[in-house]
Amino acid sequence: MLGLSPSEWIAVELSLRIAIVATAVALPFGVALGWVLARKEFWGKTLLDGVIYLPLVLPPVVTGYLLLVSFGRRGPIGAFLADYFGIVFSFRWTGAALSCGVMGFPLMVRPIRLALEAIDRRLEEAGATLGANPALVFLTITFPLALPGIIAGAVLCFARALGEFGATITFVSNIPGETQTISAAIYTLLQVPGGDVVAGRLVVVAIIISFAALVASEWFARRASMRFQGE
Amino acid sequence: MLEVDVEKKLGAFTVAARFQASAGVTALYGPSGAGKTTIVNMIAGLLAPDAGSITLDHTVLFDAATGTSVPPYRRNIGYVFQEGRLFPHLSVRQNLDYGRRMSGHSRDTDEFARIVALLDIGHLLDRRPRLLSGGERQRVAIGRALLLRPQLLLLDEPLASLDSGHKHEILPHLIRLRDESKVPMVYVSHTAAELRQIATNVVRLEAGRVIAIGGLDLLKDVDAFAAK
Repeated sequence: MLGLSPSEWIAVELSLRIAIVATAVALPFGVALGWVLARKEFWGKTLLDGVIYLPLVLPPVVTGYLLLVSFGRRGPIGAFLADYFGIVFSFRWTGAALSCGVMGFPLMVRPIRLALEAIDRRLEEAGATLGANPALVFLTITFPLALPGIIAGAVLCFARALGEFGATITFVSNIPGETQTISAAIYTLLQVPGGDVVAGRLVVVAIIISFAALVASEWFARRASMRFQGE
Repeated sequence: MLEVDVEKKLGAFTVAARFQASAGVTALYGPSGAGKTTIVNMIAGLLAPDAGSITLDHTVLFDAATGTSVPPYRRNIGYVFQEGRLFPHLSVRQNLDYGRRMSGHSRDTDEFARIVALLDIGHLLDRRPRLLSGGERQRVAIGRALLLRPQLLLLDEPLASLDSGHKHEILPHLIRLRDESKVPMVYVSHTAAELRQIATNVVRLEAGRVIAIGGLDLLKDVDAFAAK
């Protein structure tokens, strides 16, 4: 299909794996932070808000550099995780997933926060009078009502992760089969004479995946909001 | 038996109320802004009083002196809100079943059927709240609170959001409920005509204070409050 060579398929598979893992790992943090930002007032909230949005405004290369010095093999966090948990990020696909997750995180948090802010708190009160403890109120009322926003956040993060280039190549380089995603592969192919034909095939794949993600999110969001409108 | 003796400061406004409610329907009667909803929210546990205590059937729900405050989800008090507050993402049946599921009680189909029949909502069970009329919504809200098997039922202006036709659709159900079940009710309203049909005792409030406690004679002849 599409006439892709095995090595190109590897880049596609790697891109999908990285984007899916980045989104899945970021999601619980995104929901938690969206909830904190929507519901809590505390000292330093503006600062936290700013730090979360930083990857959106910083040059991706700068984010990649910061990841390298903190999560690299010799970085303080990277060394700690490697020594105590055996988790290594440098020059691994896991590092690519980390940088993609960091870059997609602000896009994920925002719709989740907005969805949580839009929920009628009085429904949660009603849940409490009906015997639901705070955890059950969250699971049975808050979460389902915020679901369209949570899906939107996840899809935006996924799309951003799929397209991530600058931070990833700075942090974990461009290693075929390990950290070379579709974007990095297209970039590499364009450096080689005659590589633009192969690159074109990968461009088509990138368009198909992105479009499919968009359609899927629309479908999920519509289904979720249809549940509130009635049969 | 419910015993309330609470104080709560809300900005420049202070609510200070002391009254008891036993079997039957105790009306909290007064003009808007008299603090009726504030008092009911404190009984339900949604708002913490600054001082005083709340006791229900000899269980202390709140006592400022000892720092006791039972959270709302452990109070077992049914609450029918003015605007119903049905869960929009659940069907009527799931809304009705919510309290039982959250408290982990086993399913009681007889009780479910009895309350569905009492409120005449059997034909609505598979619908979403959005598609219900105001009166239907309020009947479901009453059923949802009752299926919790509460020790006390709070009703905060349950008819206020309905037009007069739909008010007549609800009141007979509430009167039957009063006569058939043993659950004491606290019924908030500013409409004397409505309370004359349902209430057994009256606590009259004005500007956050209880100004009289007694029978139906405390209700004004002319509905001065309702005119507001």
